[in-house]
Amino acid sequence: MAEPATLGTVAAVDAIKERTGGVGYLEGPRGGRPRRVLTAHNVVLYGTLLVIAAYFLLPLWVMLVTSFKTMDEIRQGNIFAPPTEFTIFPWIKAWAQACTGINCDGLSRGFWNSVYILVPSVVVSIAVASVSGYTLANWRFKGSEAIFTILILGAFIPYQVMIYPIAILLGKVGLFGSLWGLVVVHTIFGMPLNVLLFRNYFSSVPEELFKAARVDGAGFWGIFFRIMLPMSLPIFVVSMIIQITGIWNDFLFGVIYTSNERYPMTVQLNNIVNSVQGTKEYNVNMAATLLTGLVPLAVYFASGKLFVRGIAAGAVKG
Amino acid sequence: MLAPNTSVSIRDLTLQFGAVQVLQTLNLDIRDGEFLVLLGSSGCGKSTLLNCIAGLLEPTDGQIFIKGRNVTWLEPSERGIGMVFQSYALYPQMTVRGNLSFGLRNARVPKAEIESRVARAAKVLQIEPLLDRKPAALSGGQRQRVAIGRALVRDVDVFLFDEPLSNLDAKLRADLRVELKRLHHSLDNTMIYVTHDQVEAMTLADRIAIMRNGRIMQLGTPDEIYNRPQNRYVADFIGSPSMNFVEGHLERGTFHGADLQLALDGYRFGAPQVADRPAIIGIRPEHVATGPLVDSAPIRGEVTAELVEPMGSDTLVWAQLAGKPFRIRMDGQARVSPGDRLPIGIDPAKASLFDAKTEERL
Repeated sequence: MAEPATLGTVAAVDAIKERTGGVGYLEGPRGGRPRRVLTAHNVVLYGTLLVIAAYFLLPLWVMLVTSFKTMDEIRQGNIFAPPTEFTIFPWIKAWAQACTGINCDGLSRGFWNSVYILVPSVVVSIAVASVSGYTLANWRFKGSEAIFTILILGAFIPYQVMIYPIAILLGKVGLFGSLWGLVVVHTIFGMPLNVLLFRNYFSSVPEELFKAARVDGAGFWGIFFRIMLPMSLPIFVVSMIIQITGIWNDFLFGVIYTSNERYPMTVQLNNIVNSVQGTKEYNVNMAATLLTGLVPLAVYFASGKLFVRGIAAGAVKG
Repeated sequence: MLAPNTSVSIRDLTLQFGAVQVLQTLNLDIRDGEFLVLLGSSGCGKSTLLNCIAGLLEPTDGQIFIKGRNVTWLEPSERGIGMVFQSYALYPQMTVRGNLSFGLRNARVPKAEIESRVARAAKVLQIEPLLDRKPAALSGGQRQRVAIGRALVRDVDVFLFDEPLSNLDAKLRADLRVELKRLHHSLDNTMIYVTHDQVEAMTLADRIAIMRNGRIMQLGTPDEIYNRPQNRYVADFIGSPSMNFVEGHLERGTFHGADLQLALDGYRFGAPQVADRPAIIGIRPEHVATGPLVDSAPIRGEVTAELVEPMGSDTLVWAQLAGKPFRIRMDGQARVSPGDRLPIGIDPAKASLFDAKTEERL
């Protein structure tokens, strides 16, 4: 910093120094403006946020505490209170012993069914969607825009109207009631959104990169696997999350297109919760519901950051 | 028929996007080992032409020959071309070595051969220490060198450059320009280079093709393009500051424009007999003689300086001639102030005369 002596040569500072008796600063504000924490603006803002957060979190809290209570305690009716007598038994019962129809092996059967549905559905639907998106973005052909438009249109048609035609179609090709029938259904319904995501992502990859690879002699699959795939992890994560949560949470297709012993976890959860015989075991129901929701939650927490990055990347360029 | 030393030959090449004619029955022969620059403002079709030669765009009609082979329907990789892009287009997930060898691996070249070719290219381009880095860890100039290397390793007949220096800052651009020229001298490959920068074109090219609206306006050496532009567009496009134009008419070997009369003694007409007609004369700002040189000029006059732009190496003076703005390029040391009377001299041999209607050179 400059010494006071050298500052003294500046006329303006000199005048200030005279008035302040050698300090060099005038009275009044200096530096950053102080921030007040408790302003009306902040109170309203954070108050609203807190209320909304509580509104969304309360049901989860109720479910959590209920699932760890005994039935006796639940009957006392104090639904917000934490359990006085902590028990893990409802979770065990929900997983391994709860009865649906004639089977009394809990949700575990449904869990594995869901896994068997989920893995091939996610793999097949993402494989098909990524290659389709890549083709539509980089290998434009006559009518490719029309195909893309039709695909996007598919996203706006309520899928309930297609349930019956698809059931007939699956029956005709002999896939009705089988696991692979459901995989096909999930792949088809996952197409509009996922193709859109992949197409937009691949469109944002510089065209010259694609041209360079062609000059270097890479073909359709060579460019896809060796140039495009290695740089598109974020969008694959986004697509995976969308597909995993969508397929895992699916109830309608599962209950329609599969048969009794292949029901996915969501259908089985419904059968446990809605069973009419005996007393309603709220603690077991809560545990079963939480168990069913664990997979998508885990996926989201594991890859949330990539999800945001991929969504942002896929959003650029229409 | 194709001349034996022709490297790239373009025959009646036409490209249409819907109703838009991007290339209009274009013909061009590029000699073996020639450095040809395609020059034009944006949208003139120069990059489109390059992409057609590379095989990245399919022409609507016409043929392309490379080394006497009809490559019109061949894949880019089968044409014996290498391409360098403006954005470098390096594969981000591969190392420099991976980038250089990608084309060779696709062509299933044996491993040992790949290694020796990569090593040789890296040596030529002085990027040996960078071989194991990713493109993200390279500077702009280094990236451009890797991009050139990618074409180099493939041992191609023709190098295609699509504005390769446009993304670099001015100083680096000048350095790489010289390096490119040196590279061309040592490799002796045919090079086709697209740019909108006339300095790059003038310094690099053996011949320049100036394009406009999908047509070649003039094909010639930098010297021809600069000194004998074939039409007004080329005359206006080349040179900075651009050529002064005065409209008038030609009458028995003398140009008349407003209060101006120029006897065109020493001007090389394109035809032995040029009929009288409305005409435009073009005089480059740097061809206007000033100071002591005025006395030796065939035609002398005087103008009033209106505006002076000192640029260090030279000074640009704005004046008026025949009622039109007239730019004069003077020495950087010249001291001129607005309002000064300035004696000037013009040599008709250095001027360009154009037909006012067709705008073609007379």
